Amino acid sequence: MTPFIEMKGIKKAFHKHQVLTGVDFEVKPGEVHALMGENGAGKSTLMKILTGIYERDAGTVTVGGKEVHYKSPKEAEADGIAVIHQELNVIPTLSVAENIFLGREKTLSFTGVIRKREMEEEAKKYLEQLGVSISPKELVGQLSVGKQQIIEIAKALSLNAKCLIMDEPTAALTEREIQILFEVIQSLKEKGVSIVYISHRMEEIFTICDRISILRDGQFIGTKRIPDTNFDEVVQMMVGREIGERYPERDTSIGTERLRVEGLTLPGVCEDVSFSVRSGEILGVAGLMGAGRSEIMEMIFGARKKKKGDIYINEKRVTISSPQQAIAHGLAFITEDRKQKGLVLQMSVRENLTLPTMKKVSRAGVFQSQKEQAMVKDLIERLRIKTSSPELEVKSLSGGNQQKVVIGKWLGTSPSILILDEPTRGVDVGAKKEIYEIMNELTRNGVAIIMISSELPEVLGMSDRIMVICEGKVTAIFDNHDEVDQEMIMTAATGGENS
Amino acid sequence: MKRAIEFDVKKLGPLIGFILLCIVLSFLSDNFLTVNNWLNILRQVSINSLIAFGMTFVILTGGIDLSVGSVLAFSSALTAGMMASGMDGMMAMMIGLMAGVLMGALNGVIITKGKVAPFIATLATMTIFRGATLVYTEGRPITGFSDQIAFQMIGRGYFFGIPVPVVLMIVIFFILMFVLRKTTFGRHTYAIGGNEEASRLTGLHVDRLKIWVYALTGGLSALAGIILTSRLNSAQPTAGTAYELDAIAAVVLGGTSLSGGRGWIFGTFVGALIIGVLNNGLNLLNVSSFYQQVIKGGVILLAVILDRRKEA
Repeated sequence: MTPFIEMKGIKKAFHKHQVLTGVDFEVKPGEVHALMGENGAGKSTLMKILTGIYERDAGTVTVGGKEVHYKSPKEAEADGIAVIHQELNVIPTLSVAENIFLGREKTLSFTGVIRKREMEEEAKKYLEQLGVSISPKELVGQLSVGKQQIIEIAKALSLNAKCLIMDEPTAALTEREIQILFEVIQSLKEKGVSIVYISHRMEEIFTICDRISILRDGQFIGTKRIPDTNFDEVVQMMVGREIGERYPERDTSIGTERLRVEGLTLPGVCEDVSFSVRSGEILGVAGLMGAGRSEIMEMIFGARKKKKGDIYINEKRVTISSPQQAIAHGLAFITEDRKQKGLVLQMSVRENLTLPTMKKVSRAGVFQSQKEQAMVKDLIERLRIKTSSPELEVKSLSGGNQQKVVIGKWLGTSPSILILDEPTRGVDVGAKKEIYEIMNELTRNGVAIIMISSELPEVLGMSDRIMVICEGKVTAIFDNHDEVDQEMIMTAATGGENS
Repeated sequence: MKRAIEFDVKKLGPLIGFILLCIVLSFLSDNFLTVNNWLNILRQVSINSLIAFGMTFVILTGGIDLSVGSVLAFSSALTAGMMASGMDGMMAMMIGLMAGVLMGALNGVIITKGKVAPFIATLATMTIFRGATLVYTEGRPITGFSDQIAFQMIGRGYFFGIPVPVVLMIVIFFILMFVLRKTTFGRHTYAIGGNEEASRLTGLHVDRLKIWVYALTGGLSALAGIILTSRLNSAQPTAGTAYELDAIAAVVLGGTSLSGGRGWIFGTFVGALIIGVLNNGLNLLNVSSFYQQVIKGGVILLAVILDRRKEA
């Protein structure tokens, strides 16, 4: 079968820095083709060249058999190449149909009067093709993230898309929504639509994709058929070396209780949540998205008001009603949303790293530059943050390195209880392992860690105990040294024996 | 201290514009490049600069303060009123200043504790403070208070040949530049404007800092008001009307982002100078005051458009 998209010998450099050194990539009609590589390997650059955001320095791109030089994503779209971005481009205050036809509304000739019913009927047609039941009249803002994403796919379909580029499509979806998305992808395949699937989640790639292409440091490493390869080979191709076990050995000794939560309640969010975590221990927190895991942690951290509930630190009851108080008690909270809640993006790596610890590097409110730089240097080395200079804006770093900056800024406060919310989301395999190792090192020094994660292998691989939350309630606490498996966790997370 | 002299070339746009403007005006008018004229420009600029310095902090946090002109008027009237009733000049000025700080802090409290958008909160207090001024003055100028030396100095005095308001402006400029660049207060100001939620979760005292920032702006507006009162030797209840617009214009001309988190006080200083030089130059060239407004607005628009293009 002739490929729909064929890219050959693509080269691209930014200011002498070679980002792509001769990459080949092809997508056949009706194929789901995974594009993998560590952060900074050149995946986004390659896709931006394909869709006309960047110009290539060398190489050829053919779409549907003819060579193309797109100048903008609009031109690529006209040839049937659409991108489903990680940050969704929907307008929450408009209806589903209005979103699908935004900018191309069906109107009564030149009057500009919108033919609402016609739009809604056609929107319905596309949604049915995708096998989902969403009313075209519903406001998009009232839909879940998963459904909003499907609206974007429907929009691409209405534009006659022949190839969809999906960037981390499952990052914000619940397990169930992922299943629905996979069904949608399946029906797209049957219609001959091809998909470029960019993700760090290995399990998903092996479930849904037909082939996989791997980039490393801007080099094309190879394309494999999924049935002909395996997990370890892919990881090795990606990082260029064996990284060994995905999860480092947990070898810390567990000590006394650090944090105990009793009867934490906020109507509509959580009910009677009680648990504890000990020094040197990692407590994994599993549950579906929206189960209230992050909200519970925000309450403990004083960032959200609670109705009832007691918090004990080192067996002493404490009042925490603001993040400042939590920090004073040795808590640190690494939020799941590093861009919105973790970092000040336009500030430098240095400024972000010392934000919570400015008292340590200043006297009478005035910075001591040398102290600050020494501390920053130390953190950058300790966490192996890859940045050419501490003065670089933090938003120019890769996801994994941004996450390390967030962790780094809290390590500066020397916390004794560390809450990590989705610590490896959007982080590549190599950096993931490094983050796990940092967690291990911290527990070795007696820090208690609470880790929220939606990736069950990660929860099972890193936790000493696993707490499962379902609809704001603790439905199970497993000792991970016993026989725990993904199914047991999912059963508890969905709150039923037979779901 | 390498970083102090390490200038970001991209940020120099306003300064280049300012220099170009000066070169053009020096060709158009013989009187422009004289020491006297420059002392005059600087003295005129000092009032707007002081307000704009405070406005820079407010805008860096992602806020806005529309009440500065009314704060100026109230502090001016209060200072004059106290002196008219026989109070010592120094004492009266302190009270005027404190009133400004308190009015600013009140803005901050309404915005943070009352969770009112800064635009709305200060729009309301702008009217309230103006009304309070009219009530206090009964709508009439306050004049005829005994001319005291400290009070005279602040608006009309000279320090080694330089007008005192100009000296004050320059000293405060350097202090605030230091605060923004070298202190935790400055760093927190940028952080809160850059990402308020992240700052809150990092344990910064977001509300407290914002209240201080508005208090600072209130205090600087009051100082500007006292200088103005001394210069005119009277307090006008309508003083400072629309001053917030010139202050915001100076901040924006200087390259500070209205969405917060990005900007610098040096830019604001240059922005205030551009407005001052433009006013002065157009007067020297006998341009009618109606056209002056059109030209001023056009320059602001042009500067901002050029600034945006640079960023793209």
